[in-house]
Amino acid sequence: MEFTEEQLKRYSRHIILPEVGGKGQQKISNAKVLIVGAGGLGCPVGYYLAAAGVGTLALVDNDVVELSNLQRQIAHSVKTLGVNKADSAKQTFESLNPDVNVIAVKERINSKNILDLIKDYDIIVDGTDNFPTRYLINDACVMLKKPLVSGAILRFEGQVTTIIPGDGPCYRCLFEEPPPAGLVPSCQEAGVLGVLPGVIGALQATEVLKLILGKGKPLKGELLIYDALGVNFRKVRIPKNDDCPMCGKNPKIKELSDIPEQYCEL
Amino acid sequence: MNDMKVDKHLDIRGEVCPYTLVKSKLAVENIEVGQVLEIIMDYPEAASSVPKAMLNYGHSVLKVEKINPKEWIVRVRKEVED
Repeated sequence: MEFTEEQLKRYSRHIILPEVGGKGQQKISNAKVLIVGAGGLGCPVGYYLAAAGVGTLALVDNDVVELSNLQRQIAHSVKTLGVNKADSAKQTFESLNPDVNVIAVKERINSKNILDLIKDYDIIVDGTDNFPTRYLINDACVMLKKPLVSGAILRFEGQVTTIIPGDGPCYRCLFEEPPPAGLVPSCQEAGVLGVLPGVIGALQATEVLKLILGKGKPLKGELLIYDALGVNFRKVRIPKNDDCPMCGKNPKIKELSDIPEQYCEL
Repeated sequence: MNDMKVDKHLDIRGEVCPYTLVKSKLAVENIEVGQVLEIIMDYPEAASSVPKAMLNYGHSVLKVEKINPKEWIVRVRKEVED
């Protein structure tokens, strides 16, 4: 790749890393990443991937920016209150790095549109806030064999894992079904420390860049749990489940199912 | 080894750190293992930092020579694939 003088400056700290170099930076600019949710997690993930020069970055969100989002959703601002979140984040990321083609998808992801939305992307990032969507994204990524970097946050605790379909467990190997509505409180009910999605989102963005570069060890087969109050990072092994309804030997799930309406979204 | 074959020349006079290293690294990426790159530079710090970085990347530094009061020549042989 021939870098422009501006790109040499912008990506200089990447290029001099032995693990990245000009070739790695080229891989980053050829990569296509889709982020579901332009909220607490999607904002920092997208921010760092845009800064890194990921060539195509799609953001899927159908919500609008509200004042209560700004405590943690750092790609939005008072200037974009009432604006669709994918559009708002697109403005921020494009002004950070014009090399990046940011695509705002102003749709709510569902069983009908998900396969079409993700099929042209190399890596999918889950930045959603509810279990049914998390499972839907997992199932669609297993079906299309798309690497998935999943993150979740609540109160002072967050978790990250990387799912490589065909090479390690999927989300349903851990828990076959989502918990019933109302059992696990949402951030709306339970709160979340504003910086927490920054920590978890930065970890997700790191995983995405490692996958693009083919360097290091992906966080597959393990759930990384961060406890902000106790300042603990711990990893829990997730064994691959041969009886997994999605990626086991005899998968029961053949088609995607829709999200019950009673689940709230933030 | 004054008659050593040089496969590629890179002129980074006028460049400062870290672009001296950025351009040197990219030039090494674009030659084959075993080939020799000769870099001419005029940024004093780079005359020591570029050779040091090249050794860290696993390449050989064949020569560092101050050719006049303001310019240096560094020769690097690529030893490993990037």
